[in-house]
Amino acid sequence: MKSEVNEQALLKGLAENDTKAIEVIYKENFSIIQSYIINNNGSYDDARDIFQEAIIALYEKVQSSSFVLTCKINTYVYSVCKRLWLKRLQQIGKYSNQIEGFEETIPVEEDVDDYEKKNADFTMMEKALHSIGEPCKSLLEGFYIKQMGMQELAKQFGYTNADNAKTQKYKCLMRLKKIFFIQYNKID
Amino acid sequence: MMDEIILIQTIERYLEGKMTPQEKVFFEEQRKNFPEIDQKVVEHIMFLHQIEDYATHQRLKHNLHNIHNQLLNQGIITEGENLTPKTKVIHLWNKYRKVTAIAAVVGGAIALMISGLVAFFAPANKQAIQELGQEVEKLKQGQRYQGNKINEVVSKIPKDAEVRGGGTGFLIDTKGYIITNAHILKGASSANVYNAGKEFKTKILFVDAERDLAVLKIDDKDYTPMKSLPYGVSKQGSNLGEEVFTLGYPKNEIVYNMGYLSAKTGYSGDTLTCQIQMSANPGNSGGPLLNNKGEVIGVISTRERQAEGVTFAITGKYIYKLVSDLKKANQEHQNIKVSNHSSIKGMDRVNQIKEIEDCVFLIKAYN
Repeated sequence: MKSEVNEQALLKGLAENDTKAIEVIYKENFSIIQSYIINNNGSYDDARDIFQEAIIALYEKVQSSSFVLTCKINTYVYSVCKRLWLKRLQQIGKYSNQIEGFEETIPVEEDVDDYEKKNADFTMMEKALHSIGEPCKSLLEGFYIKQMGMQELAKQFGYTNADNAKTQKYKCLMRLKKIFFIQYNKID
Repeated sequence: MMDEIILIQTIERYLEGKMTPQEKVFFEEQRKNFPEIDQKVVEHIMFLHQIEDYATHQRLKHNLHNIHNQLLNQGIITEGENLTPKTKVIHLWNKYRKVTAIAAVVGGAIALMISGLVAFFAPANKQAIQELGQEVEKLKQGQRYQGNKINEVVSKIPKDAEVRGGGTGFLIDTKGYIITNAHILKGASSANVYNAGKEFKTKILFVDAERDLAVLKIDDKDYTPMKSLPYGVSKQGSNLGEEVFTLGYPKNEIVYNMGYLSAKTGYSGDTLTCQIQMSANPGNSGGPLLNNKGEVIGVISTRERQAEGVTFAITGKYIYKLVSDLKKANQEHQNIKVSNHSSIKGMDRVNQIKEIEDCVFLIKAYN
């Protein structure tokens, strides 16, 4: 039996992107999701993608302070995966009612919608990053994603000092911002 | 530009609380008095929020990816042949029992007997049609599904070998996008493609089992894209009697074949396909069907068993449909582009073939 305390600790770990906690969630849930996807016209790649998307959706959810766990983690993950996969099948016109699976589910439509909206923003950012070219892309990724310091970045990219790297970073950031907002405002 | 940078730097210092009290008072006054500055601050906060969200998201993705691979290496989770035992077997059972001679022996272990992989590859309720995938040469023996030992026994197939299906595929975009038949990939987890002695790894991107089409993408650092494809994919229908030809791999070497369009619909009036008079062999499946102008008008797909020389092809417009389905399903592949322009229009057949053969691949699917 998993105690509620344990589940809470796992969610707290997930919220902090803690590898140990995510590993536990992964071990306990992945195989069941994989067999569900494979049994419903999916591939191994689909299974991995859908499962990871569900974990990201859960991560987004635990970020908000108002989040309360109303079911077990496995029920939540399973519900999100099922919803995501049904949507994916519908998109490619393979929707059928014969989705198998006997696990308990809870309504997650809103969460999945939230996740997809956020994901659309991320895709936009990703595209914008790709379009600013190098070394801008790597410089910004180094700073924001890899969280490298200016000193370290200057050394890696060959700038003479951290201040120059910083100026370059701001120039790149402005280009990114411009491209991002053009895309962003197009959607609205 | 420089002013903008100074402004952004100032805003960031403000947000990070790095300003002196005097600076802060001054800055806040500026914000109050100049809506433009206030707007810039709000905009930048929002943007920083977006990029930081994105960064955390990427870090999480990265972490998930690593965990996945690590668990795979440790054998805690599995992909491919060792996957989730019974459900998979039962699933296969249900899916193929109509068309295969599966005999299951239940008694401590489940044993599957498949009379031939051709039957395994055949679509449900269409026994009369033999799909043209290369007969599977070998079959993996003794796969273990979590303790349940399954013996797949296939006549003519040696023991202790790997399951393999094969066929033909062709480029529709120089970036390495290859079209082939879905049935070639049935049950496969990966596929390699071969051309002129070179082997490339691919990713199976999209499978449309209903229309029997699939898209692979070459995912190999040794692959260098050519400048442009010699052929385009025709959006128009073709005429009866029109001369057609194909290149494919009924054996480990590229083979040319020609014939004519004999009916605009396929087996039993199937409008997805058209009928061609041509002697296609196993392995031609997935190959391009081209007309005299060097335009792709279809994808070779199945052969009627009773009548020798009758071949079917999936019509070209479904290639466009497939690509648009792929784009809808997967954001990553928006830049895939299928041309309808053929640059080998005026050439004679021998020279057309010289141009085309680089774009036609032997496909081997692995289980």
